[in-house]
Amino acid sequence: MRGFLKGFSGTLGSVLVTLFGLTVVTFLIGRVMPVDPVIAAVGDNAPQSVVEQTRIAMGLDKPLPVQFADYLWQLLHGNLGMSILTKNPVTHDIAHYFPATFELATYALILSMLIGVPLGVWAAVRQGTVTDQVIRIVCFAGHSIPVFLLALISLIVFYKALGIAPGPGRQGIIYDGMVPVQTGLLTIDSLLAGDTGAFWDAVAHLTQPVCILAYFSMAYVARMTRAFMIDALKGEFVITARAKGLPLRSVIWAHAFPTVAVQLVTVLALTYAGLLEGAVVTETVFAWPGLGQYLTTALLNADMNPVVGATLLIGVIYVGLNLLADLLYRLLDPRVR
Amino acid sequence: MFARLSNWLLDEAPSSRRQANWANRYRIWLALKHNPLGMMGLVIVLLFVFMAVAAPLLATHNPAAQNLDLRLAPPSAEYWLGTDELGRDIYSRIIYGSRVTLGMVVSVVIIVAPIGLAIGAIAGFFGGIVDKALMRITDVFLAFPRLILALAFVAALTPGIESAILAIALTAWPPYARLARADTLTVRNSDFIAAYRLTGGSNWRIVFRHIAPLCMPNMIVRVTLDMSSIIITAASLGFLGMGAQPPSPEWGAMIATAKRFIFDQWWVAAAPGAAIFIVSLAFNFLGDALHDVLDPKGD
Repeated sequence: MRGFLKGFSGTLGSVLVTLFGLTVVTFLIGRVMPVDPVIAAVGDNAPQSVVEQTRIAMGLDKPLPVQFADYLWQLLHGNLGMSILTKNPVTHDIAHYFPATFELATYALILSMLIGVPLGVWAAVRQGTVTDQVIRIVCFAGHSIPVFLLALISLIVFYKALGIAPGPGRQGIIYDGMVPVQTGLLTIDSLLAGDTGAFWDAVAHLTQPVCILAYFSMAYVARMTRAFMIDALKGEFVITARAKGLPLRSVIWAHAFPTVAVQLVTVLALTYAGLLEGAVVTETVFAWPGLGQYLTTALLNADMNPVVGATLLIGVIYVGLNLLADLLYRLLDPRVR
Repeated sequence: MFARLSNWLLDEAPSSRRQANWANRYRIWLALKHNPLGMMGLVIVLLFVFMAVAAPLLATHNPAAQNLDLRLAPPSAEYWLGTDELGRDIYSRIIYGSRVTLGMVVSVVIIVAPIGLAIGAIAGFFGGIVDKALMRITDVFLAFPRLILALAFVAALTPGIESAILAIALTAWPPYARLARADTLTVRNSDFIAAYRLTGGSNWRIVFRHIAPLCMPNMIVRVTLDMSSIIITAASLGFLGMGAQPPSPEWGAMIATAKRFIFDQWWVAAAPGAAIFIVSLAFNFLGDALHDVLDPKGD
């Protein structure tokens, strides 16, 4: 246990350094680059005196290190600045938009694990056969097709041509604003409110974007699972189990797979981070009112505070997930302990 | 003639450094030839490069020429892939678009690979505080999903191809640095490096003349596999309006404009979509095959 704590505190230290680095990078994106935040706030036609006043009011006349210290101080108080576009504090906006992205990415993660892991195991067991090749091609296709393209194709086929899927958006018009917001996750809020109609409507709207995102990350999950599993199947304990005459099925799932499962924890964290990225693009196609939509709208309007805030949030989530994966890995793998 | 060349290449005891080098390349080629997916990838990648180089010869129309009477026309003998919302020939725009995509990809790799190699080799070779500092910086950049960081950079730099290249490069170098560092660590303490040191070679000379070349095979595989990710990131930036800007026939930007009438004139988006998919799939196939060929550890 002491070794565990020592190793973990080392990781924690480097994570803190990384988090500090994140704030430096986001600060530089927001302040030093050529887009003048003052002009973005007051508009091109503002008189010079107003520009100067705003510059002082925003603290942009101070030297950079002082500005950075201010930025950190505000950040520690949970203040990400105001959005010019929505006229709300960025933290308020993020709290409003984030649940939609979280719901999308989480369901996609679950689905991609449910399909990707068995597919990867299957490919590893049948290594070198036609099955393996087919799975490999399916996975490569997932890596090679841009998410937005898949989203557009899906809309054409399932919404326009077949008419079996609902169109863009998170819920149908009749349910819009009908479910009281508690968690911000529509599938859970509607159940809490006991509104099954709204629940199935939310599920229907989730299906397309979730499947698309899941395919995209399933490709990664399956490839990693296959690679880990091929290594595990070479282990002497597997040969022993086979020699004892155990059926192949139990050798695979009861002997080889548990060693792979530990490594998959790290893959899980990376997949989730990739899903956040994919969600940004998918949301623009499906008009999904999430963080990605918020980020891209802010980008197109040079509204830097939301851009910096959302980027920082995603970076922090990513680092947090990696830390969590590291922790779980240390807990689950006796060799690291 | 051919048999003699083959014999020279496969000679068990090469008599010159040149012969040994060519023999290595020939063996890689022989192994690659037996990988059908890899060969398919190679052929498509070569076609893609040819398309970009010979664009003026292959295009049937001026990619910028508008014909407002023939807007959104379906594919025909005159316009092989139809026309877009300004009556421009989609086929010719796809052909010229390959120049934009290839240009972006090559620029990113030219910026990223040497930087990643240098940082990784220096970190791995010198170790200690240098290693710690460089790897922390690498971690910071790895802490953002690539597209998100690229988007934020482009937004701050004003959208355009140059900013997109710079932004993708800024987000793409860390994995190369990690890879080069890992390779450096495996050779750093080997006897031949110690021998170079005894002959009086300076640290810098050892890093760049003797260690960096050994990192190359892994770097090449990584570059090839990364190509498709770079292509997709570039197209996504174009699609979100943050990469190449509209008059440019960049594939992602073409899909962004075609999005508005996707339900009625789907073929306008289909052509650039297929182009992105085929080219990045080809790079993935080729990279995977090279990985098998150049990295015998996998067997």
